[in-house]
Amino acid sequence: MAEPTITLNVTRYRPGQDQAPTTQAYAVPYKEDWVVLDALNHVKDQIDGTLSYRWSCRMGVCGSCGMMVNGTPKLTCAAFLRDYYPQEIRVEPLVNFPIIRDLVIDMTDFMEKLKSVKPWIIRKEEKPVSEGEYLQTPAELEAFHQFTQCINCMLCYAACPVYGLELKFLGPAAIALGYRYNMDSRDQGKDEREIIGNHDGIWDCTFVGECSVVCPKHVDPAAAIQRSKVDVTKNWFQSILMPWGQR
Amino acid sequence: MTTEKTTEPLWWGLFSAGGVVAAFLVPVHIILVGFALPLGWITDTGTLYRYGWVKAYLFVLIVLPLYHWAHRFYFALNDMGLKPMNKTLAILCYGGAVIGTVVTAWILLKV
Amino acid sequence: MTGTRPDPSKLYHRKMPATWWLQKQSYFLFMLRELSSVFIAIFLLVYLYQIYQLTQGPEAYVAFTQKLASPGWLLFHLVALAFALYHTITWFQSSAVVLPVRLGEHLVPRQIVTALHIGAWVVVSLGILILFLALKN
Repeated sequence: MAEPTITLNVTRYRPGQDQAPTTQAYAVPYKEDWVVLDALNHVKDQIDGTLSYRWSCRMGVCGSCGMMVNGTPKLTCAAFLRDYYPQEIRVEPLVNFPIIRDLVIDMTDFMEKLKSVKPWIIRKEEKPVSEGEYLQTPAELEAFHQFTQCINCMLCYAACPVYGLELKFLGPAAIALGYRYNMDSRDQGKDEREIIGNHDGIWDCTFVGECSVVCPKHVDPAAAIQRSKVDVTKNWFQSILMPWGQR
Repeated sequence: MTTEKTTEPLWWGLFSAGGVVAAFLVPVHIILVGFALPLGWITDTGTLYRYGWVKAYLFVLIVLPLYHWAHRFYFALNDMGLKPMNKTLAILCYGGAVIGTVVTAWILLKV
Repeated sequence: MTGTRPDPSKLYHRKMPATWWLQKQSYFLFMLRELSSVFIAIFLLVYLYQIYQLTQGPEAYVAFTQKLASPGWLLFHLVALAFALYHTITWFQSSAVVLPVRLGEHLVPRQIVTALHIGAWVVVSLGILILFLALKN
């Protein structure tokens, strides 16, 4: 009896050659414990070595293998063939990003946005090393810990329709990252992260919430954004109604 | 985070307040106005609307959700691809809410 | 650390269709949630118009109230009520996300926060109803 197979319909795009992306079908062996990434690796190793895609750890911690699987942004190392079999699986590059080649997208914009929120501890005055480390209670850690779990996989940007419509939008991961530092008790740099409170920061977000739905690490960027809105609004009203009592 | 340059927090604050008012109060009022009174489950001649504090309540009930609508609808139109018409949409939506505020106050004072 | 940047002239840009919100159930429900604000606003203007009738005499108020018994208006209010309830539920779900509630060391689960909001809403609605019955006529 022939080994069961499953068909992957994969986006192909050769820069400088193709006018537009096309779809190529590959029949790969169906194995119960395989994920889409295993199928892609099988294609690359056994069927078509010209297929290009990013991947690394294959266990959901590096954030490299994000792609659209049947229209949903997913880590291909976490998308099991058995959840789709026997239907065909559509594999496309993450939406809202330009395609470089095949399944590889250009992440320059994403990287710039991460940098723009100044993702490091900012102190008004540095503590000398002789004074020891910054102490933090478990409660203080809990206040931001969830938001440290981002693996920069960009699934949230692919899921966000606001980013799809407006590429200037700072986006879920960048705002969640900024929020992570603003909520860190060691940080004193909230005022320097004003990009978050400006237009194309939190205010573009309409709380669709899809970013948090697709996030593989349960960072909940939507929560970070909405809580930032509350924070910025509170400060704004305070500065208007009580301008003498700043901070 | 300083946001002197943008008044967005004002509109978002009004949007939120309006959302709370709408969430807690609007359903029961739809039942009263849309079903209970017209279908005769309850009879009423409207005299309760003369009380000052009822007018104050009605002002909050009607006006705040108008700002909720303005902000939400403005962004929904943006999300549906009308972003190039931004300035016009802002005037229509937020301006509409402001006009609604004035009209509501005028009517409630007249009653 | 600098690497080679992709050649921008060879990048392929996919455009997001204006009908994006019709292509996925979660996006469609999102848009319905946003549009609920339209029905809520229209209802409140209808209510305001009813109150305005009092300035035209008590008969005008009664006449307009009777007008609201027509099938067209009943249908409108049914639709408006459905959207208003959808706003209420989604607003309470959002509130649980935006304003985390701490009980001592622990975070109250979001579903419980939402359920408590719904409970408060039921109490408030009944309160308004009782107040209306007490004050009318």
